Amino acid sequence: MDCKKVFLMRAKRKLMQKSMAIRDIISRLALPLLVTASLVGCATPTLRGTGDLGVVIERATGSVQILDTTHRSSLGKVNGLGDLSHASVSYSRDGRYAFVFGRDGGLSKVDLLTQSITHRVIQAGNSIGGAISQDGKLIAVANYEPGGVRIFSVDDLTPIADIPAVGANGKRSKVVGLVDAPGRRFVFSLYDAGEIWVADMHKPQQPILHKFTDVGKEPYDGMITSDGHFYAAGLFGEDGVALLDLWNLQAGVKRTLVQVGRHGEKLPVYKMPHLEGWATTGDLIVLPGVGQHEIILADQNTWQEVARIPVAGQPVFAIARPDNRQVWINFAFPDNETVQVLDLPSRSIVKTLKPGKAVLHLEFTPRGDQVWVSARDDNRIDIYDPETFEHIGRLPADKPSGIFFTSRANRTGL
Amino acid sequence: MADSPHLSLERQRELVSFVRQDCGSCHGMRLTGGLGPALTPDALKDKPIAALISTILQGRAGTPMPPWNKFLSESEATWIVDGLQKGFPDAR
Repeated sequence: MDCKKVFLMRAKRKLMQKSMAIRDIISRLALPLLVTASLVGCATPTLRGTGDLGVVIERATGSVQILDTTHRSSLGKVNGLGDLSHASVSYSRDGRYAFVFGRDGGLSKVDLLTQSITHRVIQAGNSIGGAISQDGKLIAVANYEPGGVRIFSVDDLTPIADIPAVGANGKRSKVVGLVDAPGRRFVFSLYDAGEIWVADMHKPQQPILHKFTDVGKEPYDGMITSDGHFYAAGLFGEDGVALLDLWNLQAGVKRTLVQVGRHGEKLPVYKMPHLEGWATTGDLIVLPGVGQHEIILADQNTWQEVARIPVAGQPVFAIARPDNRQVWINFAFPDNETVQVLDLPSRSIVKTLKPGKAVLHLEFTPRGDQVWVSARDDNRIDIYDPETFEHIGRLPADKPSGIFFTSRANRTGL
Repeated sequence: MADSPHLSLERQRELVSFVRQDCGSCHGMRLTGGLGPALTPDALKDKPIAALISTILQGRAGTPMPPWNKFLSESEATWIVDGLQKGFPDAR
C-alpha cells in the first residue's frame, strides 16, 4: 500500500474519534492540508532513468535484487519469481522492465522502478532462456519441456505464437541458444535433433521457419555476433562450431573451428560453457575449449583459430570489457573460485583473481568502469575496477548467479 | 533400503550443497531436470542403485554426464543416491 493511502486511512480513523462539529471543519479545511503535507514527507517517487540499473538473480530464493551501479547499491528485492536455479534476463527497449526466465518455465515481467512483478506466467515445464525481438514487441522463450519456443507480447505476456521443436527425426527436442537477430527474427538450436532454426516474425502470429538440419551433434548453446551477422552454435557431441551467416541463409550452416572440441577424448565437462556473452571483438572471437583448460581465439572474418591460451580451468563465461581490450573469464567446478583476465593485444593472462567461492557470473557496466562478480557460496557480489583490478565494492546477495544490467536492452541477441 | 553410509555432518552439508548447486546446473536445483534428466524420487524409483552410483562416479558415455570420481568417494555417491531416492534434503 502506498503511503498516501495509509495516511488517508489514519486520518479517517482519527476523524471518527472527533466530535461531529470538529469533523466537519477538519474534513472541509484541515484534511486537504494534511494530505498535502504528508505527501511531502512521504517517500515521494523520484523521477529517474534506468540506464544505471540492473538485477542480480538470487537462485535459491527465487528473487532478484535491483542494483544501482552509480551508487554501487541495492535498491530492493523482488520475490516470487519461482525456480531460478537457471535463469536469464532480457530487457524492454526502454530499459524499465526486466523479463526473467526461470528454470520452471516461469516468465516474469519485473518493473525496476516500482520494484514489483507486473505480469507473470508459467509458460512451460522447464525453460532455459529467451530474447526480446528487434522491435521490442515480442518476448521469446526457449523451452526444454515441452521442447520448443513460445512467443509472448511484451505488454502483458499474452501468448502470440508457439513453435514446437520437432526435428527431422520426428521427435521433440530441447531448445537452446535462442537469440534475436536483425530482420525481426529469432534464431535457436535444437539440442537433441542437431538443428538450427530461424523464425521470421514479420507476421508474429505466423512465424516463417527456416530449418537447417544435420548441423552437428548436440548443439549446447548459441551466440550471435554483436553486429548480428553470424549465429554460431557450440557442439557438445562432436568437434567444432556450427556457423550460420544470417546475411545469406541460402549458403546454409557450415562447420568451422573443428579444433574447438573434445577430439573424441571424452574429456569430462563439469559445467556446460555459456556462449551468450562470449566475446566477439570485431577482429577476434573468443571461444571455450570444451572440456579443456583453454580459451580459443579465432579470426572473426575467416573463423579460423589464431591462438590458444591456457587458463585456470574449464571456462564457463568469457566476457569482453566494453573496450574489447580484455576478456574476463570464470570457470566450472572445481576451479570456480577463480577469475582470470586475458589481455588480447598480448594474448596473455594479466591477472588472476579469487573473488570468492563459486563465481557464477560477471557483468560490466556499459562503459566498463566497473565489473560486478557474483560469488554464490559466499553470498555476495564483489565489484572491481577493471583498469586497476582494485576491489571497490561489495553487496550481500542470497546465492547470487546472473547479473544483468539494463544496457542489455540495446544489444542485439539478448 | 540399506543404511546410509556414515559421513560427518559437515560433509553431508557440503554434499547437499554440491548436489543442489553443482549437479543442479544441469539437473535443476530442485532436481526436476534441465539439460540432464530429473533426479526426483519418482524419476529414480525403478533405477537400480548400483547403476545410479556408477553413473555418478563413472559418468555416462554418449551423454554430457561426466565422471565425478575425482571429487566423490563411493560411499559419498551411495549417500547421494540414497538421498535422491528418498527425496533429497534442502540446502537450507
